[in-house]
Amino acid sequence: MAGGLTYTAVESTALSTAEYYGKALCELGDEHPEVVALTADLGKSTKIGMFGDAHPERYFNVGIAEQGMFSMAAGFAKAGCVPFVSTFSVFAALRAADQVHADICYQNANVKIIATHGGTSFGQAGSTHHAICDIAVERSFPNMTVIVPADGMETVNAVRAAYETPGPFYIRINRGFDRVVYDSSDYGFEVGKAITMREGTDITVIACGSTVFQACQAADFLGNADGLKVRVLNVHTIKPIDKEAVLKAVMDTRRVIVAEDHTIIGGLGAVVAEIIAEAGKGCAFRRLGLQDKFAPIGLHEDIMSILGIDSNGIIETVRDVMKMDFELDDNWDDEV
Amino acid sequence: MALTKQEWLALEEKANELRNLCLDTTHWAGSGHIGGGLSVMDMLTILYYRHLNIDPANPTWEDRDRFILSKGHAGIAWAPVLVSKGFNDPEQLKTFNLTNSKMGIHLDAAKVVGVDASTGSLGHGLPIALGSALAARVLGKDYWTYCIMGDGECDEGEIWEAAMAAAHFGATNLIAFVDRNKCMIDGPTEEVMKLEPFADKWRAFGFHVIEVDGQNINELDDAIEYAKTKAAGKPVLILANTIKGAGIAHIEGDYRWHYGAMDEASYKKGKDSLAQYYQARVARAEKEGK
Ligand SMILES: Cc1ncc(C[n+]2csc(CCOP(=O)(O)OP(=O)(O)O)c2C)c(N)n1
Repeated sequence: MAGGLTYTAVESTALSTAEYYGKALCELGDEHPEVVALTADLGKSTKIGMFGDAHPERYFNVGIAEQGMFSMAAGFAKAGCVPFVSTFSVFAALRAADQVHADICYQNANVKIIATHGGTSFGQAGSTHHAICDIAVERSFPNMTVIVPADGMETVNAVRAAYETPGPFYIRINRGFDRVVYDSSDYGFEVGKAITMREGTDITVIACGSTVFQACQAADFLGNADGLKVRVLNVHTIKPIDKEAVLKAVMDTRRVIVAEDHTIIGGLGAVVAEIIAEAGKGCAFRRLGLQDKFAPIGLHEDIMSILGIDSNGIIETVRDVMKMDFELDDNWDDEV
Repeated sequence: MALTKQEWLALEEKANELRNLCLDTTHWAGSGHIGGGLSVMDMLTILYYRHLNIDPANPTWEDRDRFILSKGHAGIAWAPVLVSKGFNDPEQLKTFNLTNSKMGIHLDAAKVVGVDASTGSLGHGLPIALGSALAARVLGKDYWTYCIMGDGECDEGEIWEAAMAAAHFGATNLIAFVDRNKCMIDGPTEEVMKLEPFADKWRAFGFHVIEVDGQNINELDDAIEYAKTKAAGKPVLILANTIKGAGIAHIEGDYRWHYGAMDEASYKKGKDSLAQYYQARVARAEKEGK
């Protein structure tokens, strides 16, 4: 990434994903005096407080008042600051949805929302704290860029890209530690460009955030055990989506599974479904995630297993989809 | 009617049992919101063991008093109460927070018996309680609605929207509490976001405010009695001055104990501290009780 440090794997085991964010934001703050930070009594939890320690005069903890905070951020942006705003994903996306919609997106304000405790990563806190539809909400707002990084390294890249790209960003990261997907931040991250994690021709698993690691693990296992060539795409940017990569996967593998820590309604699975439907290309297709239900209470990894979005669940679904009698047909024209 | 010394002592015994269960649950779960759990325990005790007109055998009885824990993260204190009252199986405390458990950090009304509202998203409880209070009027019922908020929670605009509406609609059957432990997650309330002059704010919004020592069961009882009988014409706010982590010396008043892990050593320390605290509380009741 331009300007930034390259992070390495040594750090990745020691830092939570949010700590990566905090570090990256501190560096942006050092470099750019117009960067400000806002939070709602979650400075410690979201790690935006690290910026507060480094730049107290540019740090605004507004108390537990998310709605006003996002409107304030719009005001900061209109005056020329670049506000980074952090709270839990569920409150950023839902509590303050109107403020983000009207004050930030409608007015194309240059506000960077770094929302933590994404998906079911705050599992034990239950449904008031699970962000199961934030991607659906945020991607429906015009002007909003939506990114779901797979781990700490990708978070650093996303945060720096958010600074460098004008306009509103919603970046969703998890609580705690993510499984390490990238051992360096230097792997060619680009907003809107999916990353092929595994090449494959039999089936494609499309993932974002915590399911990227799981999909890779599933692909490796299926390669060894079943001799399957499973393509894995890390679609870190939900909007603007990498249509080309999705369509290529459809064409090349004709079998597509999407796994995400989110409801299947409106999330990455829905984005991919929309692309497939509009292209008029048939393929075997499954969406893994919350099936229009609230998640149970529990540890994140347990919930992922219950939802079938961990590697076991993905393996099972891949095998299931491979069993489908799907006619091999290179002629797409008749299917439009 | 004021508490007799005997009643006060009996409530102290109950509160002590519940504080211990709260600590046990935190220990079983490995961690929990013990700070704000302990500060609110005396309020829960006086409500559940003296005032709430509820029936554990008939938890959805339509004439029951309603109770909304607006600071839903204090589920670790509320769950022991709901268990002690007989609403739920005590064994559930041992699986608190475990995967697929009925009880997690914030109690879910669909899974835990006796919970009137699933809270956890701060700010929602007071307006829910207001709806419940106004519904009693519409339905011709005479139940009371009680609500406990956190002080940090009162940063939320939604609280003040509801406060304004409670006065506007004359919700005199609503008794709200603030657990004024002066701490939130990121620090002391007055450092993170100033609330003072806090009582004046509630008064300006149309509430009758009663300020008490929230770790004094007798004072809490007097305030509730007053609210039910003498504060006619206004919704009531009982501003309970409390101590975050009350009863466990090594965490008392320390905002960093909003959420904490209780390993074996600090659990043992906590148990000893609670025992000493109980002795002091009994001595006070013996001395001041009538
Ligand atoms: C809308 C919302 N924003 C943020 C949070 C995260 N959160 C949980 S508890 C808490 C602090 C609460 O402080 P206070 O109300 O004073 O509670 P207490 O100190 O009594 O535990 C915060 C910010 C939340 N649960 N809901």
